[in-house]
Amino acid sequence: MTMIGWVQALVFFAIVLALTKPIGLYMAHVFEGERTWLSPVLRPVELVIYRLGGVREDDEMPWYGYALAMLAFSLVGFLYLYLLLRTQKWLPLNPQHLDNMPTDLAWNTALSFLTNTNWQFYSGESSMSYLSQMSGLAWHNFVSAAVGIATAVAVVRGIARTTVSTLGNFWVDLTRCCLYVLLPISIVVGLFFVAQGMPQNFHAYQTVTSVSGFSQAITGGPMASQEVIKELGTNGGGFVNANSAAPNENPTPLTNLVELILIFSLGAGLTYMYGRMVRDTRQGWAIFAAMAILFFAGFSVAYWAEAAGNPIVHHLGVAGANMEGKECRFGIAASSLFATVTTDTSCGAVNAMHDSFMPLGGLVPLANMQLGEIVFGGVGSGLYGMIAFVVLTVFIAGLMVGRTPEYLGKKIERREVQFALLAVLVTPVLCLVPTAIAVLLPAGLATLNNAGPHGFSEILYAFTSTNANNGSAFAGLGPNRFYDIMTGVNMFFGRFAVAVAVLALGGALAGKKAVMASAGTFTTNSPIFVALLIGVIVIVGALTFLPADALGPIVEHVLVLQGKTF
Amino acid sequence: MIKHLGVALRVTLVSVVIFGLAYPLAMTGLAQLLFPWQANGSLVVRNGNVVGSAIIGQLWTQPQYFHGRPSAAGKGYDPTQTGGTNLGPSSKKLIAATQATIAQVERENPDAHGAPPMDLVTSSASGIDPDISPEGAYYQAARVAKARHLTLAAVDALIAAHVQGRTLGFLGEPRVNVLELNLALDAPR
Repeated sequence: MTMIGWVQALVFFAIVLALTKPIGLYMAHVFEGERTWLSPVLRPVELVIYRLGGVREDDEMPWYGYALAMLAFSLVGFLYLYLLLRTQKWLPLNPQHLDNMPTDLAWNTALSFLTNTNWQFYSGESSMSYLSQMSGLAWHNFVSAAVGIATAVAVVRGIARTTVSTLGNFWVDLTRCCLYVLLPISIVVGLFFVAQGMPQNFHAYQTVTSVSGFSQAITGGPMASQEVIKELGTNGGGFVNANSAAPNENPTPLTNLVELILIFSLGAGLTYMYGRMVRDTRQGWAIFAAMAILFFAGFSVAYWAEAAGNPIVHHLGVAGANMEGKECRFGIAASSLFATVTTDTSCGAVNAMHDSFMPLGGLVPLANMQLGEIVFGGVGSGLYGMIAFVVLTVFIAGLMVGRTPEYLGKKIERREVQFALLAVLVTPVLCLVPTAIAVLLPAGLATLNNAGPHGFSEILYAFTSTNANNGSAFAGLGPNRFYDIMTGVNMFFGRFAVAVAVLALGGALAGKKAVMASAGTFTTNSPIFVALLIGVIVIVGALTFLPADALGPIVEHVLVLQGKTF
Repeated sequence: MIKHLGVALRVTLVSVVIFGLAYPLAMTGLAQLLFPWQANGSLVVRNGNVVGSAIIGQLWTQPQYFHGRPSAAGKGYDPTQTGGTNLGPSSKKLIAATQATIAQVERENPDAHGAPPMDLVTSSASGIDPDISPEGAYYQAARVAKARHLTLAAVDALIAAHVQGRTLGFLGEPRVNVLELNLALDAPR
């Protein structure tokens, strides 16, 4: 580890911290339907969308109406992308004449983008037409991010409102998020990305003869416009297979920093928006603090493990940090930082190959996802996942002192705890059960790239990442029909089981009366609460996943120290 | 639900037009207007021929050129098949490949001092990494100098002139763009 490496992480985090309040304040204005400085330009577009879409702006929805609208939109979005991928050969903007995608891969990819996962069993540069990229994948990058944020906003309204039955209008939240939050940032930062060297064109790949006389195809496409929303919406699906490791998706250390900031910015801003909407910004900062501590814990371990390097390789006579699967322009610190940030959130973009990380370096992304991606998290999903943990923590704290627990003036009773537990328990069930099935079936073992404990880690990582809607991979694991279908199903339930559970939680809270805080009320904006919250998150995660992680990365770490290979 | 599906269909169509078509097309127009060289792939032209992209690494085999890192992209540096080896730290394949690469790099650079730097013997993440570390360049300097009948000092000086430092002094790592360095070697002095 070097001083400069730590400076990178600290400067990055300081920028995120500085952006949290302005972004959160802006989003609070947007979702409370107030005028913003962009309204003169965007309000007319917004009204056109409502008119053409048949949306009544002032229609409020109960939680199940909100959930049904979200599910209906997702169903249409899934069918649309599936059909697009299955017919791209006959559609325009396909200069490479790429074929239609096979059925099970199209199924997997459509579910992957629908759920904000962006798991990549496809290789963009050799299987996706430009039309599929921009109007299929990048469109999903916008709307799936907006679906996550809209859901979180609805849950927050449930906490903020008293004795009402509605949580807002899904279509309005979706539209306002896309137009007022995602689009303006994408335009500005997207142009910056082009200036830094990211391609933005519709050319066919240009075959050139290199200086040494080899033929090389220079790939192209509308990359910058897709790259920016890929990070901002914590989507993570690369235009090309190597994702943000590829120099055309991440040409410089500066684009790398900006990509990292994009990944964290909205999730961080949402914590402030949350505090603002529940009329106590310290509640938002308490959640931010818990997230920040978990972030630095993860980064420290990953950076340390990668900087130490591979002792088996050192034995061959070379020295240095683990550069296998990393890029020279980023080096160890920026790669470890990216791996931590991309799995703290549900982004899943990578600037280095996690499969080639040291065992404990690879454990950090795995554990980040297993804890439920609640460190800023997926846009929206991070906040609502964290709120489920907060409700659980309040409940446990209540049990410890023997009082009916309250959160922000609402009594937390059986129904709320049931929905919160459901949201929290989806992750372990969907992660561990399919992993167990996969290791028992030949099809589950057929496409492994590594043997021994690392092979097990590849499987565990695949199901952890897909159900957490992350999308990063121990990418050695190849696609086959078994994984196409299993991970597809996993992504679907990982997204919507949690989203519906938290909407139900929001609905239950919205209907409650506010009770006055008393001397016995447990404060939820204090350092003690932050510590307790982290404790609950880590205990739930560790109790559930430690046995599985012990069979993968942890045992591999011990064996690597002994020089054992597989 | 039927009512929701109708709205969903219409909102999907409208939003695809705005975010899936108008946005990328407008961005392409702006990019082509403001930053045409970058937007079109940062192509490098020599004697009227395009010889590659400034941001994409290429395959080098001759002794008179600096070599890039091992690549897992297709048959090497294929931008249509980007990716890494995805071999884990305890992989027999990884260790055997690394051992073979070390032997090869040492064989190609008999006059270099010490062991090769780590980046020269490990595969990059993208398979099209355009850079090597400054140490990786200096390690190859003696070989390049010999093949070109230059002094080692002259080659070292050329490397020094092409080392890109950390951005803003703290971002990323110092590096050398291999294509840029090799073109400078070929340029008439």
